[in-house]
Amino acid sequence: MNLQEAKFEYLLRLGDSSLIIGHRLSEWCGHGPILEEDLAIINIALDFVGNTTELLKYAGQVEGKGRDEDELAYMRDEREFRNLLITEQPNGDYAYTIARQFLFDTYMFFLYEGLKSSKDETIAAIAAKSHKEITYHLRHTTEWMYRLGDGTEESHERMQNAVNDLWMFTAEMFDMDAVDTLLVKEGIAPDLNKIKVDWETRVKEVFADATLQMPTTTFKQKGSREGKHSEHLGFLLAEMQYVHRAHPGAKW
Amino acid sequence: MDEQKQIDAFEAKIAAGVKIEPKDWMPEAYRKQLVRMMSQHAHSEIVGMLPEGNWITRAPNLRRKAILLAKVQDEGGHGLYLYSAAETLGVDRTELLEQLHTGKAKYSSIFNYPTLTWADIGAIGWLVDGAAIMNQTALARGSYGPYSRAMVRICKEESFHNRQGYEIMMQLAQGTPEQKAMAQDALDRWWWPAVMMLGPSDDQSPNSEQLMRWKVKMESNDAIRERFIDRTVPQAEFIGLKVPDKDMKFDEKTGHYTHGKINWDEFFDVIKGNGPCNAKRLKDRVDADKKGKWVREAAVAYATKRAKEKEVA
Amino acid sequence: MSDTQWPVWEVFIQASPGISHKHAGSVHAPDAEMALQNARDVYSRRSEGMNIWVVPANAITASSPEDQGSFFEPSNDKPYRHPTFYKIPEGVKYL
Repeated sequence: MNLQEAKFEYLLRLGDSSLIIGHRLSEWCGHGPILEEDLAIINIALDFVGNTTELLKYAGQVEGKGRDEDELAYMRDEREFRNLLITEQPNGDYAYTIARQFLFDTYMFFLYEGLKSSKDETIAAIAAKSHKEITYHLRHTTEWMYRLGDGTEESHERMQNAVNDLWMFTAEMFDMDAVDTLLVKEGIAPDLNKIKVDWETRVKEVFADATLQMPTTTFKQKGSREGKHSEHLGFLLAEMQYVHRAHPGAKW
Repeated sequence: MDEQKQIDAFEAKIAAGVKIEPKDWMPEAYRKQLVRMMSQHAHSEIVGMLPEGNWITRAPNLRRKAILLAKVQDEGGHGLYLYSAAETLGVDRTELLEQLHTGKAKYSSIFNYPTLTWADIGAIGWLVDGAAIMNQTALARGSYGPYSRAMVRICKEESFHNRQGYEIMMQLAQGTPEQKAMAQDALDRWWWPAVMMLGPSDDQSPNSEQLMRWKVKMESNDAIRERFIDRTVPQAEFIGLKVPDKDMKFDEKTGHYTHGKINWDEFFDVIKGNGPCNAKRLKDRVDADKKGKWVREAAVAYATKRAKEKEVA
Repeated sequence: MSDTQWPVWEVFIQASPGISHKHAGSVHAPDAEMALQNARDVYSRRSEGMNIWVVPANAITASSPEDQGSFFEPSNDKPYRHPTFYKIPEGVKYL
C-alpha cells in the first residue's frame, strides 16, 4: 500500500461515516420530538452532507480514476463502504439517536481537532471548517445527554439502555491498522490512541453529569475497516442509492 | 367607547395602512379569523414537510439531498414562525397542535397527495411553492403585524424553494426519455391540485368582503389563481412540458390564460378528509407527537431540577 | 406530568458588529441554554447573526396601546430637542 492508496482509504472512512450518520439524522426530518429540535437535527444533518461532499470529492481526486463524490456515494456496494458501524445503526427512539450522535460527535471532535494540523493541506482545511460545526453539534448533543439522562425516570432508563446497546460499537473507532499507521507517520492523521484517551475522559465526565452508568459490555463489534458491516447498512444503501442507480448516467 | 366606535376606529386604522398589533383592540371576528388562518397556515407548513421529507433519503445526489433537506427544514421554520404569530393572540401552540392532531383543524389540501417519484419534488417546489408564494406575498401586506412580519420573512426565505423545484424539472425535462416522462407525469398529477390549492372560486368563498376590508385577505382566490397560471404556463412551455388542461388557451384580448373546468368536488372531498394521504399525514404527525412526549417532558424535568438547585444555592 | 410545547422565549439578534440587537421572533424552549441553541438553529440558518439574546417572553413588560397618548404625545411639542429647531448663520461650520 502506498501513501496515495492509504489516503484514499482514509478519506473514505471519514467521508462514509459523515455520509451515513447524516443520512440517519435526515430520517428524522418532519418526525422530531418538537419543532425546534426538528430544525436543530436537520442543521446537523446538513453539516454532514456538506462535509461528506468535500471529503468524497477529495477522495475521488486522490484516487485519480475520475470518480466524483456522487459516484463514490451512490455507486459503491456495502462491502466497499468504510463508515464506522455506529453511524449506520438505526435511529431507534430519541435517546438512541442522541446517544449515537454524542458518542460519535465526541470522537469526531477530537479526531478533527487533530486533523486540523494535518500535513495534507486539503484535509487540514476541511477539518478546520468542520471542527467549528462539530463543536456546536457536540454542545447540542451533550446538553441532550444531560436532559435525557437526568430528566425523568423514563428518559433515564431509555438513555441508559441506548448507551448500553451502542457501547459495543465504540471500540473500533480507535483501531489502528496499516492505513492509520502510515498516515500518522506521515503527519497526515492523528494517533487514535491519544484520541481514545481524550474521548474516554470526556464521555466519562458527561455520563457522570447525566447520571448515567458506564456500560459494562465487554463485547466489541468491529469490521468497518474491512467493509464488514451490520445488516442495517444494506437497507440504508438500497434506499439511498436506488434512484441514482436506476438511471445510469443520468444527470439530476 | 361603544363597540361601533371601536370598530370604526379599527377600520380607519387599517384603511390608513397602520398595522394592528397584539394588544390593540380588535373585533372578535377578526381575532378568530386570524387565529384560524395563521394556525391553518402553520399546520400546512409542518404537514407539508412530510410529502417532501418522503424523498430526502432517496435524493439522487448529494447536492439535491442538501437542497431538499434545507428546504424541508425551512418549512418547519415557517411553521414555527406562524405558530408564534398565532400565539400573540393568546392561544398556545400546545392547543393548536391538539386541534391538528384531533382532526379539528384543517391544513392545505395539497399535502394530501402522494409524492410518487423524484420528479414530484421538482413539481412541488415549482408549482406548490409557486402558488404559495403568490398567496404569501399578498398576505405580507395584511393588516395584522405579527402575521405580516412572519410572511415577509417567509417570502424572503421561500424564493429559493420555487427555483430549486423548477431547476429539478428543467434538468429532468432535458434528461433521458425516462426522466422527461417522469417530469411530465409529475406535472400531470400536481397541476390541478396546485390550481385548486389557492382556494375555492370567489362565488363559493364566504365572508370575503369583510375580510378584504380588514386586510386579512388581500386578494380574491381567483385573482391569485389567474396570476399563478399566467406565470406558470410559459415556464412549462419553456422546458417542453405540457400543462394537463386541453382547454387552456391564451386570450389575446385580456392578456390572460383561460383554463378548463376545475373539479371542485375533488377539492372539497380532500378538504373533508378523503384525499389519498389524509390519514397517513395525520398519523405521521400524531406519531411524532406521541414519540416526542417523553423527550419534551424530560427536558422540562431537567430544567425544573436545575432551577430548584439554583433556588437552594 | 403534563405534556407541553415548552415556554416561549423572545429572540433578539445582532446582525453585525456595532449595531443593536433586533427582535427576530420567538422559540419554545425548556430553559435558557436550549432557548439559545434553538434560537441559533431557527433564526441564523442564513448567517443572519453574530450574537443572540434570549428572554423568557413572560419577563417582558410592554406598554399598552392605551398608554400611547400619555407616553408618547407629550414629546411631540418639544421641537427644541431636535437640531433642526435652531437657526445657524450660513458659513458657521462644525455645529
